[in-house]
Amino acid sequence: MTTPAPAVEMTGISIEFPGVKALDGVDFRLYPGEVHSLMGENGAGKSTLIKALTGVYGIDSGRITVYGEPKTFSGPAQAQEAGISTVYQEVNLCENLSVAENIMLGHEPRRGGRIDWRSLRREAGTYLARLGLDIDPRSALGSHSLAIQQLVAISRAMVVDAKVLILDEPTSSLDAGEVAQLFAVMRSLRDQGVAILFVSHFIEQVYEISDRLTVLRNGQLVGEYLVGDLSRRELVAKMIGQSVEELSALDAAVPARSSASTGGEPTVKAIGLGRRGAISPFDLDVYEGEVVGLAGLLGSGRSELARLLYGADHADTGQLTIGGHSGRLRTPRAAMKLGVAFSSEHRKAEGIVGDLTVRENIMLALQADRGWARRIPSRKADEVVAKYIDALGIRPANPEALVRNLSGGNQQKVLLARWLATAPKVLILDEPTRGIDVGAKGEIMRLVAQLAADGMSVVFISAELEEVLRLSHRIAVMRDRTKVAEITNDSTTSVDDVVELIASGGRS
Amino acid sequence: MSADQLVTPTKSTGPGLVGRLTGPLRGGGLDRRFLPVIGTIVVLALMFAIGGSRYENFLSGRVVSNLFINNAHLIVLAVGLTFVIITGGIDLSVGAVVALSGIMAASLFQAGWDAPVVIPMIILVGSVIGLVVGVMVHVFEVQPFIATLAAMFLARGLAYVISLSSITITDPTIVWLSSTRLRIGETWSATPSVIIALVVVAVGFYVLHHTRFGRTVYAIGGGEQSAQLMGLPVARTKVLVYVISGTCAGIGGFLFAVGSRSGYSLTGVGMELDAIAAVVIGGTILTGGSGFVLGSLVGVLILGLIQTIITFEGTLSSWWTRIVIGALLLAFVILQRLLVIRRRH
Repeated sequence: MTTPAPAVEMTGISIEFPGVKALDGVDFRLYPGEVHSLMGENGAGKSTLIKALTGVYGIDSGRITVYGEPKTFSGPAQAQEAGISTVYQEVNLCENLSVAENIMLGHEPRRGGRIDWRSLRREAGTYLARLGLDIDPRSALGSHSLAIQQLVAISRAMVVDAKVLILDEPTSSLDAGEVAQLFAVMRSLRDQGVAILFVSHFIEQVYEISDRLTVLRNGQLVGEYLVGDLSRRELVAKMIGQSVEELSALDAAVPARSSASTGGEPTVKAIGLGRRGAISPFDLDVYEGEVVGLAGLLGSGRSELARLLYGADHADTGQLTIGGHSGRLRTPRAAMKLGVAFSSEHRKAEGIVGDLTVRENIMLALQADRGWARRIPSRKADEVVAKYIDALGIRPANPEALVRNLSGGNQQKVLLARWLATAPKVLILDEPTRGIDVGAKGEIMRLVAQLAADGMSVVFISAELEEVLRLSHRIAVMRDRTKVAEITNDSTTSVDDVVELIASGGRS
Repeated sequence: MSADQLVTPTKSTGPGLVGRLTGPLRGGGLDRRFLPVIGTIVVLALMFAIGGSRYENFLSGRVVSNLFINNAHLIVLAVGLTFVIITGGIDLSVGAVVALSGIMAASLFQAGWDAPVVIPMIILVGSVIGLVVGVMVHVFEVQPFIATLAAMFLARGLAYVISLSSITITDPTIVWLSSTRLRIGETWSATPSVIIALVVVAVGFYVLHHTRFGRTVYAIGGGEQSAQLMGLPVARTKVLVYVISGTCAGIGGFLFAVGSRSGYSLTGVGMELDAIAAVVIGGTILTGGSGFVLGSLVGVLILGLIQTIITFEGTLSSWWTRIVIGALLLAFVILQRLLVIRRRH
């Protein structure tokens, strides 16, 4: 790839947040007609670098040039004018508006100052068609799934005729077919000379689509490589800053699936539990020290099942017994009292409190459990917080850092720490590894396995079947909001078996 | 005005790759965004039906005309507030601005100023107060509730400083405006104030639905951070909605002065709350992102109609108006909550 001038050149970029040095003298180059992946663990500074480029954050020092011209953008609007378009990990669109409007907002075709609605819908339709999306442009965005919304966000990025397209984790909520669709679009844009910056935690996807890689670690540049020059193993080693040998050791540390005894009374016993319109009645047992995985496609009812177990939604039918105590769970608080902890898949909306510190976030559930009148002595709180920051490797290891300044993976760890601090008997983890890098994923899975070995009952939900297979003793297969099968995960079970069950609906 | 944008039935998507993903979602039927407004229109129709069946002469052009004539100022206020509330904000200052511009007009006329100078001036006072609020809200990130509360005290205080007593307006232009009746057919009539109010509604509708600025207003209500990341001019738009609300309050003050042919620093106490009630009853959701100017117009008419029915009833104390408004407001807020809650699932 011998190309002339870079489309974007960032030199010596540094950004500091209170308590966090997010970027420290990072260099980055992006050439026209290439797909360039930005790699790194959570908190490595990928999102910060992108936001520095698009003008969301001001830079403390360094230089940004776009097609040779020095630029400082004071906001995404200016970056867009310069031809830099961004699709963020969390879909940043307006659910209250129609699909067509979301695509065209700010670029509405006008006739004499008046928005021309007919051509707006037609144009939006052509952008949707370019991504092979067959949805009504007039439908409300909020009525579509997250995956569709993500693709709509990408359609929107096309509108500005971007010379530089930034895709920050665009595939985390897409299935294989949709990823292929997206990659086809990316390739065709690349061939038209668009410079594409791609961020993904799926290493296979990175290798499939990228021409070049830049690796960041702890806010610093590790290096820039051609994809062909770096093996997957070497890449991971560079990302987490360990040698390949150390990495193998880490892999071995994740305990292989074992056969937990299913004797005695289950900790969680659901009989015919269901909620109209959300999930059909199901039976589920979770024994002490057991990990039960929920496998199924997006929207198959995995989260709905979990929410019933935690009392976040009310069941209309069936019976739930937790730790020998049966009866309806009216509130999450009642579930907490029975020792159930639930970490939601919606980290931002239902999990962390961004404006509180790491320490405050970790202590939230523990304090709620004790009741507000009995304050936890600060020395004890310090101990708890220090223990979990250390045990989970939360970075930065600063209890007073604001959680909203942390990366996604570290926020997830804070959330996990919050629930672990309450010493629950039952831990429900809904997509705890989504949007998290390899290193942190491994750590979290190791932790879950350890917790189960110590006697905790765990319900583990993940879109990645490999993870479910690696951790679970038993797997409940979900499809179309129904539990269609339940299998014991022994050494002969493979991903293909589970896929087959999902596809056949358990009827084979 | 074209209703094309208002009534867009959602087609259920076809099967296939996408159909599988969107499968478990509601299909067909009317767009849910219009449900609150449709509720409002049904309530209005019901009230006309009840009034018509109980009282003679209720369903007459005169009653409807008076509804518009008596509430022209409130219609204008409601239009301005609709902009603010769609962005997720609130404006508590409009009642006080009505008093301020009214008393300013009266005292300037008393001092011998001419209408072509005075009228733009008192409307501009509203705009300036709106601008100050907008800057407080956006630049200093003051809660809209607090910023407009401050503006309310400021405007009311200024009104008191100008005069504590009511001042009659004798300016010929104002007298002409307040005494002119445009007859339409046998029983229908309108005043210039009604025409002005309806023009404001039409402009409001046009701006919200046919300009980029209007769509940005909705986008901010749908998610301010998203709007920012989409590169929309959030700062400008947020300041402008308060300028619009302030300007509408200025116009409302002018119309109220025309209607009462006087200025008085105690007018409009609680008027902002009437206007907010009208907007909410009109189907605009207080958390922002959804609502229509025409809904707000209907909301004002409902408030006026409650008053009319109680007047026709004769025996009821006029304070029943308040009770009915309260009940309706509650009913609508609950309806909105139900819609929001259902949307989450």
